[in-house]
Amino acid sequence: MRKKIIEFRNVSFRYGDEGPWVLKNCSFEIYENEWVAIIGHNGSGKSTIAKLLNGLLFPQEGEIIIDGEVVNEESIWNIRKEVGMVFQNPDNQFVGATVQDDVAFGMENRGVPREEMKKRIIDTLAAVGMQDYRLTEPHRLSGGQKQRVAIASVLAIAPKVLILDEATAMLDPSGRQEIMQTVASIQGREKLSLITITHDLQEVAQADRVIVMNSGEIWKEQTPREVFSQKEALREIGLDVPFVAILAGELKQAGVAISTEPLNHKELLEDLWTLHSRT
Amino acid sequence: MNNTLIIGQYVPGDSIVHRLDPRTKITIIFFFVFIVFFANNVAGYSLLTVFALTCMLTSKVPIRFIIKGLTPVWFLIVFTFILHLFVTKEGTVILDFWIFEFYSGGVVQGFAISIRFFLLILVTSLLTLTTTPIEITDAIEDMLHPLKRFKFPVHELALMMSISLRFIPTLMQETDKISKAQASRGVDFRTGPIRERIKAIVPLLVPLFVSAFKRAEELAMAMEARGYQGGEGRSKLRELKIEKRDIFVLILFILVVAGLILARMYG
Repeated sequence: MRKKIIEFRNVSFRYGDEGPWVLKNCSFEIYENEWVAIIGHNGSGKSTIAKLLNGLLFPQEGEIIIDGEVVNEESIWNIRKEVGMVFQNPDNQFVGATVQDDVAFGMENRGVPREEMKKRIIDTLAAVGMQDYRLTEPHRLSGGQKQRVAIASVLAIAPKVLILDEATAMLDPSGRQEIMQTVASIQGREKLSLITITHDLQEVAQADRVIVMNSGEIWKEQTPREVFSQKEALREIGLDVPFVAILAGELKQAGVAISTEPLNHKELLEDLWTLHSRT
Repeated sequence: MNNTLIIGQYVPGDSIVHRLDPRTKITIIFFFVFIVFFANNVAGYSLLTVFALTCMLTSKVPIRFIIKGLTPVWFLIVFTFILHLFVTKEGTVILDFWIFEFYSGGVVQGFAISIRFFLLILVTSLLTLTTTPIEITDAIEDMLHPLKRFKFPVHELALMMSISLRFIPTLMQETDKISKAQASRGVDFRTGPIRERIKAIVPLLVPLFVSAFKRAEELAMAMEARGYQGGEGRSKLRELKIEKRDIFVLILFILVVAGLILARMYG
């Protein structure tokens, strides 16, 4: 039996007392070591979930339990130790004057002793491949590098959950790839539940499970492969279907017997060049 | 955008002046500003000049950076000198020209004031040339620490300073971007009467302020998410340490002060 890290119990949320409900009666669970992608178009409530998980917002109805503790005003400081978050804008979350100061910021807030901080700065920067930039100022880094530093500063406090809230949305394609690779390698190495929030279907391919949000409700909870196969329905709720999935669909319609729903170019290629030997 | 942008005037280096604890440097400069006005004879001024020049030479900061620091005040130094020439009516007349009479006292007084100015600027610019802004912030936080007892928000002040310093290049890049965007829409920043040019700043400032406020909001949220809850119970990564060289330099400075007092008493 896997250990539950996060549990949403019938959570509803709205901004202010008059506003429309941003989240409507959402319930889901996230387990230890799991990679869950939350996807949805703008305004589907996905970023609100991230802020609720960190105690930046509190739900009006229902409750959120993180590692056995209900999220409320008293528990947020403990919760923030367990749940680390990387935001969208690389510049607006960089607090320190240099890379190492920024990684230290979260630890300083928790009163980690200096020697321990120095050790963890070196370890976490190595984990995201930024060890050569320890003394660099933020304006000399690319967006992708800044986001990697942001991930390092979250890892430095050794959380149980890492949330990436559209952390790649403001990056160029190479920066995006940089982050996804970093995240995948960290998830493979550390005991960490990972939640990636995105509106880009391509980024959910590596996740264990996908939660698809639509106007404040959980629309689907499936594996990436299952999600990719429902092209029409995805388009209806305003998500862009990746090119590979479209191509695979067209090939199928044209009578090419593709065996699985491919998640990336490599899988489709594999499928196509082995096609002849199978038939 | 300029990638080599340096905040302040810091010139990286590894001299003893660079490596001194910033608190030592600030303390010395604080008292230096006072004792400059204490000198009143040739011996006193020479002592201070020798001290300042020694600092300058040991810092190994290229001379052109120091001259650059002095450029805005050259005018002031020359102006005060000339003013003293005309106004001071002490000593003997050394030159009688048309309706003006120049006195020897004026020349001496002019020199003295100019030297004072020169020394003040030289020493203070040495501080910013050899110390990073973040070191200065740390030093100020540490030195203001006693004020905490009077509920003075020392930690908050230091954090505000360091965040402002960190965002200066970011906001400059943003200004550059906005001004290019607005120029491409036909806003003219460079030509036309001054009134028009001032008006042209408005479409630059408004988006800049809007985005700065948005940044502030997001930064506050990111800081909170990373467990920031004020100065209580925080540890610090950077540490200031008084080393042997700091004590050595402080003793040297005290000797200079003592020498100056002697020069004033017996000079």
